[in-house]
Amino acid sequence: MTDSRPPRQHVDPVATAPPDGDEDPSRDAEAITTRQRSQLQLVALRFVRHRAAMVSLFVFVLIVAFAFIGPHLWEWDHTVSRDIPSSQPPSWEHPFGTTSAGNDVFAQVMRGTQKSLQVAFTVGALTVIIGALWGTIAGYYRGKVDAVMMRIVDVLLIIPLLVLVVAIAGSARGGTTWWAVALIIGLFGWTTAARVVRGVVLSLREQEFVEASKAMGASDARIIFTHLLPNAAGPIIVAGTLAIALAILAEAGLSFLGFGIQPPDTSLGLLVERARTAARTRPWLFYPPGFMIVLIALTINFIGDGLRDALDPRQTTMRR
Amino acid sequence: MSVTDPAAPRRAGEAVLEIEDLHVAFPSEDGLVQAVRGVSYEVRAGEALGIVGESGAGKSVSSMAVMGLLPKNAQIEGSAKVLGQEMLGLKDAKISRIRGDQVAMIFQDPLTSLTPVYTIGRQLAEAVLAHRNVSKQAARERAIELLELVGIPNPQERVDAYPHELSGGMRQRVVIAIAMANDPDVIIADEPTTALDVTVQAQVLEALESARTQTGAALVMITHDLGVIAGHVDRVCVMYAGRIVESGTVDDVFYAPRMPYTLGLLGSLPRLDGSRDERLTPITGTPPSLVNLPPGCPFAPRCPLARDRCREEEPPLEAVDVASRHLAACHFSDELVGKEATDLFTESILDADVADEIVAEHGGQA
Amino acid sequence: MSGTQTQAPRTSTAPLLEASNIVKHFPVRSSGLLRRQVGEIHAVCDVSLQLHENETLGLVGESGCGKSTLSRLLLNLLDLTAGEVTYRGQQVSGISRRAMRPLRREMQIVFQDPFASLDSRMTVFSLIAEPLRIQGLFEDDGHARVRELLQLVGLNPEHGNRYPHEFSGGQRQRIGIARALASDPKLIVLDEPVSALDVSIQAGVINLLEDLQDRFDLSYLFVAHDLSVVRHIADRVAVMYLGRIVEEAPTDQLFASPSHPYTQALISAVPFPDPHKERARERIIVTGDVPNPSDPPSGCRFRTRCPKFAAELSSSQQQQCIDEVPQLIDRGQGHPAACHFAEAHRMV
Repeated sequence: MTDSRPPRQHVDPVATAPPDGDEDPSRDAEAITTRQRSQLQLVALRFVRHRAAMVSLFVFVLIVAFAFIGPHLWEWDHTVSRDIPSSQPPSWEHPFGTTSAGNDVFAQVMRGTQKSLQVAFTVGALTVIIGALWGTIAGYYRGKVDAVMMRIVDVLLIIPLLVLVVAIAGSARGGTTWWAVALIIGLFGWTTAARVVRGVVLSLREQEFVEASKAMGASDARIIFTHLLPNAAGPIIVAGTLAIALAILAEAGLSFLGFGIQPPDTSLGLLVERARTAARTRPWLFYPPGFMIVLIALTINFIGDGLRDALDPRQTTMRR
Repeated sequence: MSVTDPAAPRRAGEAVLEIEDLHVAFPSEDGLVQAVRGVSYEVRAGEALGIVGESGAGKSVSSMAVMGLLPKNAQIEGSAKVLGQEMLGLKDAKISRIRGDQVAMIFQDPLTSLTPVYTIGRQLAEAVLAHRNVSKQAARERAIELLELVGIPNPQERVDAYPHELSGGMRQRVVIAIAMANDPDVIIADEPTTALDVTVQAQVLEALESARTQTGAALVMITHDLGVIAGHVDRVCVMYAGRIVESGTVDDVFYAPRMPYTLGLLGSLPRLDGSRDERLTPITGTPPSLVNLPPGCPFAPRCPLARDRCREEEPPLEAVDVASRHLAACHFSDELVGKEATDLFTESILDADVADEIVAEHGGQA
Repeated sequence: MSGTQTQAPRTSTAPLLEASNIVKHFPVRSSGLLRRQVGEIHAVCDVSLQLHENETLGLVGESGCGKSTLSRLLLNLLDLTAGEVTYRGQQVSGISRRAMRPLRREMQIVFQDPFASLDSRMTVFSLIAEPLRIQGLFEDDGHARVRELLQLVGLNPEHGNRYPHEFSGGQRQRIGIARALASDPKLIVLDEPVSALDVSIQAGVINLLEDLQDRFDLSYLFVAHDLSVVRHIADRVAVMYLGRIVEEAPTDQLFASPSHPYTQALISAVPFPDPHKERARERIIVTGDVPNPSDPPSGCRFRTRCPKFAAELSSSQQQQCIDEVPQLIDRGQGHPAACHFAEAHRMV
């Protein structure tokens, strides 16, 4: 159809050279070498400059190592052992003390952190993926698509999460594994993220750069993946970090009701709930897992902050 | 009642607003932003002064300083007097008494000056009551009278309208009416018509003119629009990078500019009254950052006349001829006599920053 | 340079872009759950226009007159309510996005806001490469092409990996122009391309647009509210008021002898940057504001503000303005104007 199009005009670079200025091209070349950085490098650079995020990342890596590598190095595991004296306060042998049944609390916290992190990250990923896509599609297409998709979200929001989880978990007999818990929390926890992302996309889609993309003939998928999602990255990451923090708490709540991770396996929530009554008398049972929950939630939030800023090129690289 | 009788017109020639060597700086992440760097001007009773400049030239900041409207972290030095009363360092309560009574201000966006939840009549009456001891009924009547003066049709009905029920031009006229409410000595209009369409702009400018004739107030018109300046003021100050770089009567400045920036500005303007076939002569580059200004004339990087002296020594604002009130801040202002913009500036399409940036980058790293 | 692009358009050939009786109504919905349609905004009403090759058509009007909507209808970025748009005789309106894609290569747009129109998360390189990638033109020489484009618009080709926020408004607008040029278009809609820029920067962008037009034989639809800029750059001008074109003429003719009262008022309201002329000139002040486009006046849409209607016309003539929509035709003034009592009036 575009039969008689002339070949693309490749203008002789010499002819297009600006009439004045830029006398010294060698200076240009030097200028680039200091500037030439990939987008990823720039993001990394900006992240590194965010001190709170860097400290949090460091702490978080330690936590992950503690949870996933620690169990292999520590002599006790989280289960009851005859060799462990019951109800001991912290000692060199058992840094966080022992339970009345004869568990090493240090090992339990390691195991609990591991399970809680697994749940939290699965939920975080589910939330970000489902929530962001759902919200973006609803916000981008608006109209009927939006109406149907958001009514589904409303219905999910109305049903109390716990009731639903209890109903589902109750039917799945024979103990709940961590991924089942994560799946259940995740499948119903993405709605907030979807609402937030939809709101952002509703305003983004009216921006001129989206219209510019349409005027170039971009497909919807291209607009969604190259323009809308990256520009909604900030709220998406915030929603993701919130979801992770909430998942840790939701998992704790479920465990308390007996629908979460089942003993003999353990999780941070389970540990805290079991030590609830002992908080005064045997604080070593309560504070280590409790402190771990707070630490995870805090570091995740700071890392999220740092990521959000780093992904935004308008932030200068000189901050903090 | 106020000390001075507002009805008595001030003697012509008496300075109502005097700004002397004003410096304003704002701390920022990148360093101190020198928004205003030694600005002096005065406005005499009944006179209209235009302050023209591009975004970031510091043209609004100086008048905001007078009104005590700058953020708390602004560092202000110098002097700004209204009717001989020093305004800088005055307590908020005292400034509020002067604001609206002796000095009134009109901003670009009328919505920011009007409260959305009250009728315009109530806001006008409040302005009257704030400085005058009259009955509510009298204040309302005055409100209707003011609305009529600024050309609002059916003022008896419109007085009970809310701001959102009015169009942009209408709102700006309400703001002008509020400004007139207490017969101020000076009206400062900061880009009063920038947000408006041309036909509405004409209406608002007309309302402003009638406000002036009614109150006899002096006018400070701050704008980027040389056309608006040309028709509505007596004297002009051209600002660039936080300083006044040229000032004089409109005729002096428009017909015989003596600062290359002014000449360049006039030459870069497509005009309805000129020839269509002439090419425009842009000023290449962009205004400098007001953080860490290099020494010398701030316009030098964009100036076709610039030479070494310009880059070393910032020219003072001086009379172009002995005993002239036409001032220019240029070492070589004599060379501009009889020059057209096309004599100096080229029709370049190149963005000159390209070259500058490379120089700046290397200079900065060295 | 600009000597080649003044005066009459080359009308010898068929128009590049043609709009016939196009109409666009936006529904106004209630805010409730059902979102019932409670009215319609008549944004563009029965507009016909032609754009010829290598020509600049200026489209002027005040905010809300429908000029931006019209420009998007011409590019098929919005769906028409009625009418038809053709490009080189080929139907553009109502065709699928897939069918539209090859045409998009030839029809581009530059936006008003140099901040909002560039995705702040993309580098300048990816911004300019985007149309090439979408159109499948990137291939191997994409990098070279982007550098060439940057150079064409007067920017440093080394700055491709910077982000838009590192540039000034004028430079950003140049990036927008480079992006529009990337797919080697024939037609560019310029939607208020310089109105967000400072005066001294504006001139450079206008000159650039003129040069690019000469070099690549571009056709421009230049949408603006600033009459001075339009007069400078356009060959022909169409004036819009409340969704309709009220007058259309070659630029010199329109500014020298406007014949619609709205055009006259518009021209007289533009301040001259010349103190003597500005103080001496005749001013036609239009009263009131633009009526609500969801309920436009019957007959002539300008009659509610028209100085001629108010001051000169007899009551029977006024009745005609109220009852009859004035057609956009030549009533002896040398060019079409949509006023029953159009009369050329020397102004500049």
